[in-house]
Amino acid sequence: MSPVGDPKQLEVFVRRKAFHAANGGQREVLRDFSLTLEAGKIHALVGPSGYGKTTLLRIIIGLDRDFEGWVRLPPETKIGVVFQEPRLLPWRSVLDNLKLAAPLAAVEDLTKLADDLGIGDHLHNFPGELSLGQARGVALARALAIAPNLLVLDEPFVSLDEALARRLASEVAMLVERRLVTTLLVTHDIDEAIRLADHILLLGRRPAEIVGNIDVTLPRRAMTADYAAKTKAQIGAILAETSV
Amino acid sequence: MLLRLLSLLLLIALWQAASMVAASRLLPPPLAVLAVIGREAHSHALYFNLATTLARVAVAFTLAMLLGTIFGIWMGRSATFNRLGDPWLVILLNLPALVIIVLAYVWLGLTDVAAVLAVALNKFPNTVVTIREGARALDPGLEEMATVFAMPWQTRFKHVMLPQLAPYIAAATRAGLSLVWKIVLVVELMGRSNGVGFEIGSAFQLFDVALLLAYALPFVGIMLAIETFLVQPFERHVSRWRPKAA
Ligand SMILES: Nc1ncnc2c1ncn2[C@@H]1O[C@H](COP(=O)(O)OP(=O)(O)O)[C@@H](O)[C@H]1O
Ligand SMILES: [Mg+2]
Repeated sequence: MSPVGDPKQLEVFVRRKAFHAANGGQREVLRDFSLTLEAGKIHALVGPSGYGKTTLLRIIIGLDRDFEGWVRLPPETKIGVVFQEPRLLPWRSVLDNLKLAAPLAAVEDLTKLADDLGIGDHLHNFPGELSLGQARGVALARALAIAPNLLVLDEPFVSLDEALARRLASEVAMLVERRLVTTLLVTHDIDEAIRLADHILLLGRRPAEIVGNIDVTLPRRAMTADYAAKTKAQIGAILAETSV
Repeated sequence: MLLRLLSLLLLIALWQAASMVAASRLLPPPLAVLAVIGREAHSHALYFNLATTLARVAVAFTLAMLLGTIFGIWMGRSATFNRLGDPWLVILLNLPALVIIVLAYVWLGLTDVAAVLAVALNKFPNTVVTIREGARALDPGLEEMATVFAMPWQTRFKHVMLPQLAPYIAAATRAGLSLVWKIVLVVELMGRSNGVGFEIGSAFQLFDVALLLAYALPFVGIMLAIETFLVQPFERHVSRWRPKAA
């Protein structure tokens, strides 16, 4: 049993997760994998493509139950999710997309959130009329609109131009920090992880395991260039050591 | 639009010319048909019969669309139910309309219920097949999204599923309407004592082509109007979110 006041928000243990391959065999993606998230902190899960990051997220958010192991969430956890693709309803306006996901939220709050994420002028557009960056903004707004206490983001800033990605990322970090939302951010961008996270989890080897767990003692606005460079060097050393 | 109108005028002109060559009893000129329409309208027989037939079309069509949509969604989403239902569907699809009509009249008597059921049953399998196609093409990504955001089933149905099915429903509506209004006439001819189909049957027995056309043409006109002013705007409305082709 966890003691009272335990700041853990989420624990997941995957003894084994495998997919059936087309040739009839099995491809093992995760084995004896465990992960703990600290309440109210931003965790960046960094790892190369194809290492099972999305698979892990799907297990955490309950979309994939076909695995050996368990997921432990505090009761009444509200999970906000941003998928790798925006997954908006193309036949509903941006505002309706937000409202349908968060029917209890006040329209003013939704509008404010949309403004913060740079899509305030597009509330009455259909998703097909948005750029990828704007669509990502809507997906982020939708996840935040439900006032989640766990936020799960699957490479939400990928294939955006650098400036936009940075702006969106720092907006999200600010919102999340203010509301103390436990956050799991998947990315393969080490710099992004250093800029945003309280904890950086490095994914390596196959089946995937966590090869490094770095606590960022000067996160986000407290970060100095010097500290960022040191952290990056530390990550580089771990990755060099574990790669074969 | 202008070209269509011209083409229509050409058809009427050809009709006029042909009626002058043929014996007028076999092909009366347009004005003679118009006169019969006027006469039938004056006695209110035209309105009564048109309304009766339209009511049958409406009920049979609604029934077939409603049940066809439910079964189509069901079969498209459940492999088990699809395997169970598919043989029935194949039989129904290949049963000639005439067989269904006769059986309905034999089993249920020469009643309106039998007539409407026979029409609906002819349309039903086509609806199922079309909607099933749509249900199979539903985006699993959006369904997952609806799941993680814990959307209630009403929201999922109305805002996630129905918009994806809308093009298929529109296609089934279009095809269904034209099938239903053709079969309704046959059903009326065979077992009812009113309606456009019945009147056409009487006209056939009297060899009265003018009367036949006087009922057939207004009916076709109404169905085309429904298609143009109801079905097509509905189709445009449900696809308005699609980016306009440049
Ligand atoms: N539905 C699936 N069926 C079979 N293999 C899958 C499926 N989903 C993912 N995989 C495999 O599992 C591995 C991890 O995938 P994924 O979790 O998407 O990686 P990441 O998100 O880290 O890029 C990949 O090798 C991928 O091919
Ligand atoms: Mg992925």
